[in-house]
Amino acid sequence: MNFKKTIQLVVNGAAVQRDVEPRTTLLDFLREDLGLSGTHMGCEHGVCGACAVLLDDAPVRSCCIFAVQADDQRVTTVEGLAPKRGQMSKLQDAFCEKHGLQCGYCTPGMLIACTALLAQHPQPTEAQVRDAISGNLCRCTGYQQIVDAVMYATTQGDARESI
Amino acid sequence: MKAAPFDYVRANHVQHALELLSQWAGEAKLIAGGQSMVPMMAMRLARPVCLVDIDRISELKQFQLHSEHVTLGAGVRQSSVENSAELCKALPLVAQALHWVGHQQTRNRGTVGGSLSYADPSAELPLASLVLGANMQLESASGGVRSVLASDFFLGPMFTALAEDECLTSIDWPVWQGAGISSCFEETAIRHGDFAMASAACQLQVDAHGKFTRLSFGVGGVDGTPLVFSDLAVQMHGQSLNEEAARELAHLAVSRSHPGTDIHANADYRKHLAAVLLHRVLLKAYQSACKSFITH
Repeated sequence: MNFKKTIQLVVNGAAVQRDVEPRTTLLDFLREDLGLSGTHMGCEHGVCGACAVLLDDAPVRSCCIFAVQADDQRVTTVEGLAPKRGQMSKLQDAFCEKHGLQCGYCTPGMLIACTALLAQHPQPTEAQVRDAISGNLCRCTGYQQIVDAVMYATTQGDARESI
Repeated sequence: MKAAPFDYVRANHVQHALELLSQWAGEAKLIAGGQSMVPMMAMRLARPVCLVDIDRISELKQFQLHSEHVTLGAGVRQSSVENSAELCKALPLVAQALHWVGHQQTRNRGTVGGSLSYADPSAELPLASLVLGANMQLESASGGVRSVLASDFFLGPMFTALAEDECLTSIDWPVWQGAGISSCFEETAIRHGDFAMASAACQLQVDAHGKFTRLSFGVGGVDGTPLVFSDLAVQMHGQSLNEEAARELAHLAVSRSHPGTDIHANADYRKHLAAVLLHRVLLKAYQSACKSFITH
């Protein structure tokens, strides 16, 4: 029995159309069908945040969404955060400056969560930053460097350029 | 693990979803935000043959504010309630509860109706709905609409009054009007956003002399469903509250619970925790309500 459905999404600004099995998660669709492996697989049951993407600008867990549910929606992955090829967003640059990553596994999810935060609150408090990343686990940094990176990004001009 | 194969239909309106549920006779499941459903299916704890997506039905995304109650469509996103100043003002206990529901990323997809239908014994919205005495609207293709009070809706762990062919379509939340009203919601989890080991909630109203005119309180995570204590609450009418009375009330209430033991906490610990949290929310809300008269 072929349950495949045709879905259309806009991913990082580009329109895509594919046939997918309904059981394919948005995470698997992005990684396997579209080759966008920047979004990472952690727990695959909604607790670690490594799979975070923006769905119509809101941060969501792509492991907790079937791709068919995201039909007609806009997705932004970590690959879509840079303003231009060869550049980094202010936030990505800040993560480099402030050592906001070590192994890098949680980093795409952190960038997504923090990009969404800065879009809503361009000058967040540390408490707001911690709250924004509270759904993302990091085993390496102890979080302080991530918070420092976000706070540093807010001092570097209009951080909203990152979307 | 990946989900088992299934067919998927997006319902355009409630009637369409109900017809599908009825057609598939128990083999179809509804999905809205999917924050509980997708992981359950990925772990193969749920294997519906057909998934009926109700997440794009605009009728279910509506909400209306009336003077005595708020009607929330079951498909209203948790984040939409959080971000609505008017909803938070009308339903302060729901606003407080939402702070503890999962994480921002799950609240951006999860729905009010989804959390209520899932009926996890430690979930926040079911507890809030019981404390406020919410009324659920259940619809089916054959039976039309029926109204079920929250106290009759939650029957056991992950088990509600919803029949196989029914969809929760909206929930009426009573709004308390007047002076001297306050509410409080607290829970303890291993990390913020994890499932609660125990939770407590209350909403109350006092007069200018600090005497209760209204009180409703409950605990979650310490039984098969959240528990509320209307008989104990009624006894407090006309009385005031101090440390001693709050502690006694909390212990008396929690003594009725039957918590379970798991790797996160054992039964005794949960009971103790629930009593501490309940004592805390009662005092906090009471003090805040009394204070509200001083600033007038």
